[in-house]
Amino acid sequence: MAHGSPRNRSGIAAAGRLILRRLGSALLTLLLVSLVVFTISALLPGDAAEETLGQSATPEAVAALRHQMGLDQPAHLRYVRWLGGMIKGDPGQSLVANMPVGQVIAGRLPNSLTLAGLTAAVAIPLALAIGILSALYRDTGLDRALNLMTLGMVAVPEFLVATIAVLVFSVTLRWLPSITVVREGIGWAEMLRGYAMPVMTLACVTVAQMARMTRAAVIDQLSRPYVEMALLKGLSPSRVVLVHVLPNAVAPIVNAMALSLSYLLGGAVIVETIFNYPGIASLMVNAVTSRDMPLLQACAMIFCVAYLLLMLAADVCAILANPRLRGQ
Amino acid sequence: MGGMLAAGLTAGGPAFGAGQDPALPQRGGRIRVAGMSSSTADTLDPAKGALSTDYARHYMFYSGLTRYRADLSAEPALAETLESDDRILWRAVLRTGVTFHDGKPLSPQDVVYSLMRHQDPATASKVRTIADQFRRVTVSGSNEVTIELTGPNADLPAILADSHFLIVQDGTADFRQAIGTGPYRCTSFQPGIATIAARNENYWVEGRPYLDGIELLGIPDEVSRVNALLSGDVHLVNAVNPRSARRIEASLGHRVLETKSGLYTNLIMRQDALPTRDPDFVLAMKFLFNRELVRRTLYRNYATIANDQPIPPGSPYYLADLPQRPYDPDRAGFHLRKAGLAGARLPVYASPAADGSVDMASMLQEFAAQAGLHLAVNRVPADGYWSTHWMKHPLGFGNTNPRPTADMLFSLFYKSDAPWNESGWRNEQFDQLLLAARGERDEARRRQMYGDMQVLVHDHCGVGIPVFISSLDGYDQRLKGLGSIPIGGLMGYSFAEHVWWEG
Repeated sequence: MAHGSPRNRSGIAAAGRLILRRLGSALLTLLLVSLVVFTISALLPGDAAEETLGQSATPEAVAALRHQMGLDQPAHLRYVRWLGGMIKGDPGQSLVANMPVGQVIAGRLPNSLTLAGLTAAVAIPLALAIGILSALYRDTGLDRALNLMTLGMVAVPEFLVATIAVLVFSVTLRWLPSITVVREGIGWAEMLRGYAMPVMTLACVTVAQMARMTRAAVIDQLSRPYVEMALLKGLSPSRVVLVHVLPNAVAPIVNAMALSLSYLLGGAVIVETIFNYPGIASLMVNAVTSRDMPLLQACAMIFCVAYLLLMLAADVCAILANPRLRGQ
Repeated sequence: MGGMLAAGLTAGGPAFGAGQDPALPQRGGRIRVAGMSSSTADTLDPAKGALSTDYARHYMFYSGLTRYRADLSAEPALAETLESDDRILWRAVLRTGVTFHDGKPLSPQDVVYSLMRHQDPATASKVRTIADQFRRVTVSGSNEVTIELTGPNADLPAILADSHFLIVQDGTADFRQAIGTGPYRCTSFQPGIATIAARNENYWVEGRPYLDGIELLGIPDEVSRVNALLSGDVHLVNAVNPRSARRIEASLGHRVLETKSGLYTNLIMRQDALPTRDPDFVLAMKFLFNRELVRRTLYRNYATIANDQPIPPGSPYYLADLPQRPYDPDRAGFHLRKAGLAGARLPVYASPAADGSVDMASMLQEFAAQAGLHLAVNRVPADGYWSTHWMKHPLGFGNTNPRPTADMLFSLFYKSDAPWNESGWRNEQFDQLLLAARGERDEARRRQMYGDMQVLVHDHCGVGIPVFISSLDGYDQRLKGLGSIPIGGLMGYSFAEHVWWEG
């Protein structure tokens, strides 16, 4: 009892218990996901040896390559071996790229994280601003305009947004590059130009969901008696919203954000394709088409871990931010 | 021609792009090139090259014993001469003073290793079946290699110009780096992302290459690839869709280069299944191809009408006298009734993996219905098509890339025991002609033999070939020296050594 109030401490303890429980279930989830991915991908026609040889797959050539890749062993044995490596922290050797999976991923994951980070930096403040504004001015012209805009952004598929953006800004106006080239020692200005369109496209898709959720949560809180009380006490509306309403509304908002952010990692495949961006989502598609099982498994694990971590972070945030949950 | 072949290779021959660019080539400049494929399977190992971007990458970093001219005949490269009296025992004298990118001089041992490694199953070579005809490759002098074949083959010089047979250093097993004798050095290679090349100052051709550097990307999405060209982010792209050609031509500063190639998408009628083995059925289907319509609507005229045999016009052995098979629904109907198939239902398998096959299948369905045959088009995904569907259904589609010689094409796809004998046809006369043509010294008789083989395939083989599909490149007009080598786009994948930049 020496530090902090008892309420805060119990909040942290609750968060700690939650984290421990979640870590346990996360391990189980990962195991199940890896098993499911392994089983389902084994059902796909062809294996890495056949896909590598493609049209030139003669029976002897396939047999030789299968042996070289270790695909001539039974499936359950391969899975157990992969799991054993994973426990030791070694995701294995990519069957197709001829280098360790870790190395393949290390070349791509930073790109995906950069793209997701930049998009989040743009989308989250924008979504919060739109959501709060339309909640405060609900049922006015501004609210309706913002509603129309966000719903429109959700409804338009990202490949359309991206393609039109490329046609306008790259092909016609020539302001921005049509493909995003990642290179060492690239300048800030060049980097911003390259990322402008992919970030804008992804922000279009993610802003809407977060903004809608923010609006709903804030409106829900605004109708509560304590808000009326605060207003009657003479607090300014901005103070009421930022200090009193937001902490109570934070749980659904953070949840929506976590969902959107997890989408940015694995769901960016269309944006990665159109802007030829070497991220991890297209790497996974690649792993599927080439039947590169260790690489596919590693990608699946990364998406799964990212999702679980984001959800956990969202719940912890909700507990710590909400005075009532903190007390439980 | 015969004398030249008997003597092996001689220097000289048609120059590329002559007449198009009268200006002298300039040195310097960097360009960015986008191919159509990019994945973790990208490789620096010539033996494993699977897709166009791989071939282009390999021709940047490695050289072969020979290389293609614009008519697909071979000219000397690392081999100064390549000669044979009986077409079985070939003697190659290597060029002197050639060094690898790491400074080591080229030795005969490097050539022996580069050719024989294809026979090792662990190499997973794409051309193992072709390399199996090397009985022995030995060092026969300080600067000389002897290649002994299992049987006569006059086309060896052309075969050795193929990107898979480019020369690597003796003993190389790890291809994380590319140490070759090619026009560019590899400064960075990231599979699925980019390859960066810098000029090899010690290249064995005086004054070449012209560019300071090349960045080779893969942009698999065709629309993105063309957009990247039009926005100036890349300067050369391949595999342009005929539908995009007009967009490129409309842009100031960009052009489309059509290369008439031997690429084709073909209907496969398996000869080991009913009813597709019925000769009347085969003929009926061949009469149902509206080739003119396929060329005009599917390929916007960027294609050449084909005649149900795989040798394209432009090949030295093309049989121009073979009467063109027309679109003739009446005769198709006649053959269908003769086969007792009027009113029958039959599935046909098509996939985006075989370019244009889905549309061709739909057209066939339409015309077949008029002739009294009901085709059900099964469109299957490109993913896994070659391993699960190709050659496995009585009626389906295949797609064959250009091959440098008539012998290679026939040996790989039409010989009775060929691994990719797509329709599973067996024709003894054809097999005998094929073997005889390989060793035939009299060029006129050899031409006659290849002509006879084309007639046999045209008349009897269970393969219908409607058109040869042109390969389309899009390029920035400041890029000069680009020409056509009909083995594929990007100047037969070897643009790197020929082009220069006037920026």
